[in-house]
Amino acid sequence: MATLSPTVTLKDLKTGHGGGIVPPPKTGGGGDGGGNGAPDYGGRLRRARLGLIVALTPIIMLFVAFTSAYIFRQGLPTLDAAGKAYIRDWMTVNLPIALLMVNTSLLLVSSITMEFARRQITRQAALAPVRSIPGISIGEERGFPWLYLTVVLGIGFLVGQWFAWQELGARGFYLATSPSSSFVYLLTGAHAVHLIGGIFALLYAAATSLLHRPVEARRIVVDVTAWYWHFMALLWIYVFALLVLAR
Amino acid sequence: MSTHAPVHVHAAPQGFIRKYIFSLDHKVIGLQYYFLALTSVFIGMFLSLLMRVHLIWPQAVLPLVGDIKPENYLAFVTMHGTIMVFFVLTTAPQGGFGNYILPIQIGAPDMAFPVLNMLSFWTTFVGFVALIAAFFVSGGAPLHGWTGYAPLSALQSAGPGQGLGADLWITSIAIFCIASLMGALNFITTTLDLRAKGMKLMRMPLTVWAWFITAILGLLAFGVLLSAGILLLLDRNLGTSFYVPLVVVNGQVMGHKGGSPLLWQHLFWFFGHPEVYIAILPGMGVTSQVLSTFARKPIFGYKAMVYALMGIGLLGFMVWGHHMFMSGMSPYSAFAFSLMTMAIGVPSAIKTFNWLGTLYKARIRFHTPMLYAIGFVSLFVSGGLSGPFLAQPVLDIPLHDTAFVPAHFHLIMGVAAIFGIFAATYYWFPKMFGRMMNESLGRIHFWITLVGTYAIFMPMHYLGLAGQPRRYSQFTEVAYLHNLIPLNKFITYAAIITISAQLIFLFNLFWSMWKGAKASDNPWEATTLEWTTATPPPHDNFGGHTPVVNHGPYEYSVPGAPRDYIMQNDPATASTH
Repeated sequence: MATLSPTVTLKDLKTGHGGGIVPPPKTGGGGDGGGNGAPDYGGRLRRARLGLIVALTPIIMLFVAFTSAYIFRQGLPTLDAAGKAYIRDWMTVNLPIALLMVNTSLLLVSSITMEFARRQITRQAALAPVRSIPGISIGEERGFPWLYLTVVLGIGFLVGQWFAWQELGARGFYLATSPSSSFVYLLTGAHAVHLIGGIFALLYAAATSLLHRPVEARRIVVDVTAWYWHFMALLWIYVFALLVLAR
Repeated sequence: MSTHAPVHVHAAPQGFIRKYIFSLDHKVIGLQYYFLALTSVFIGMFLSLLMRVHLIWPQAVLPLVGDIKPENYLAFVTMHGTIMVFFVLTTAPQGGFGNYILPIQIGAPDMAFPVLNMLSFWTTFVGFVALIAAFFVSGGAPLHGWTGYAPLSALQSAGPGQGLGADLWITSIAIFCIASLMGALNFITTTLDLRAKGMKLMRMPLTVWAWFITAILGLLAFGVLLSAGILLLLDRNLGTSFYVPLVVVNGQVMGHKGGSPLLWQHLFWFFGHPEVYIAILPGMGVTSQVLSTFARKPIFGYKAMVYALMGIGLLGFMVWGHHMFMSGMSPYSAFAFSLMTMAIGVPSAIKTFNWLGTLYKARIRFHTPMLYAIGFVSLFVSGGLSGPFLAQPVLDIPLHDTAFVPAHFHLIMGVAAIFGIFAATYYWFPKMFGRMMNESLGRIHFWITLVGTYAIFMPMHYLGLAGQPRRYSQFTEVAYLHNLIPLNKFITYAAIITISAQLIFLFNLFWSMWKGAKASDNPWEATTLEWTTATPPPHDNFGGHTPVVNHGPYEYSVPGAPRDYIMQNDPATASTH
């Protein structure tokens, strides 16, 4: 009776990092395992990661467009009420910095738990073929529910952002108060919408687990969402820095 | 040895709905895009007919539409432009033919993400429905043109059609952006990851290169248009002032202040200029493919063609300001934009000379697709030559708001792209439907369309030079334009004839689907992979095996070869390539 230690397998699988590099295919036959009728998880993972990288491009372009509009508007002189002279009417928004820092740390912690969830399922996916060999038993690795913790932290971040909006309102900055406050709501709102997409992807991964889909297929969803999630954390740091530094 | 396992686990679907409506098969989705574009083009053409008729007979009461008021005319301008640019010129060449042909030409069984592919079509369809709905809501369709300049587009009270109609228009554009982004994602991933063994990048047909580069342009451009649309929706409905300055409408001060209408123009044209290339690049790819096939010669300067496509794509992102010379711009910026714009002439000229080089001393087979490809080159040259004129700020300022500009862009991006679509239709129809289109009808259709197009748009340049403004619904009462009425009548007659001739195409298309002569697997004796498989291709494109590519895409008239063409999957010994 052989018992495999999961840590050994994890080492082998580290090659799966960074997108593009495919972990050793479970069939062990090289290539994409084509032709033997088994689903080609290695190829699907590679395609999904490539697709994710491509999909991040328009998101970057969206925020590049918002940023250039922000900078453009900030430096733009406008006519005064009498229409006689050009004035600079940019109003600095009084941001609830402390609350936003709390939100930021929530999101950064969620990025770490997301990474744990990704490594956990990578391990499980790697062990799945071993587990299917008759006569070999592996200690059932239930592990910590990193995925659910990530969802909770992600929702926590969104709730925190909602409180930040409330606080902005309490300080007299509403969406239509001035162009500067419009941009604050726009940038934080656009980021939140994208993060909600990530939460839905994680919930989908959790749902496939309940539906007893193969762990290799679930792993692809979690892996790609993890990279997306890390990108969302980076994007938030960028948005936060922009709003603080370019007030 | 096969290189790639099947992308999709999905088996050939059973039942009408899974097979034809919510299909995951890229070929069905391609046809869905094509027929959506076909529906759209007839709506768009009907609108242009109404405008042309109204211009020369302003008092006429037309059946169905009745009396055309100035706001109706502007609504027609808007909807004609929007439908044609988005739902015809973006949809048919890329969504239609790209979807159908690209996976087969690179030897893949399907797109990389079939479900996403289906979603992108149906999202496009929702965008189409939202746009058409603008005709039927109270106030009707918006008046702001396909470019949607603020503040006209940003104020609900700016005119009839600027209420719900304009909201529907923006929503439709935003939905279209998302659909196009999903499509572009699929095209890029498929091209990078699913090429058959031996299909190196420099062995890809120029059509694949064109679709691939178009997808990259779409990926970079549509996100920016989406951002512009979001800001516009916020301005219209939530009281923000991104685009709207302090403005008075009908003596009433609007609630906005401090916005910049120029911001919209920058964001819009940052998308808008690459969009022109999104429409035309696939046509260039098809033209290269068809010219080489029917000239029985390798395309002249394959690598130069690839680099020219890339150069056009790259420069396309640096020239948006040339749409805004009239909007007020520092002369230094205008100079930079002008210079970059003229620089596009270089890769464009490389392409044109290479097409001519391909035709030079060729034994040309004048089938209908070839006629349309040559027509494309002709229109690309005559439409393109007025580009460097308009790239000069000093010339653009007097010409910008005249009929000269519509004449220019209709020739080069409108009708040239349409000729690309026609060439593609006549060329790939046998592969798609297993039957040939009728050659005689095709030729009649070609000659009327070519001559008609020139008859419509060539005189329009002179109207522009003579100072006839564009977008105006009536000019017959204006004294200084009086002498232009006969020329305008001529244009309208030409438009009526050309538009009627499209019914020949429509008849040929549907008649040939059922009654055309049976097509062989490779009726044009072409070399690319779609001609190696059955006609029409099976569900997984190659019937269970994946092709292996040993040759470049255009190996015609190779000395010493047994036939005058070598297919891409022929054994490697057949040539030196």
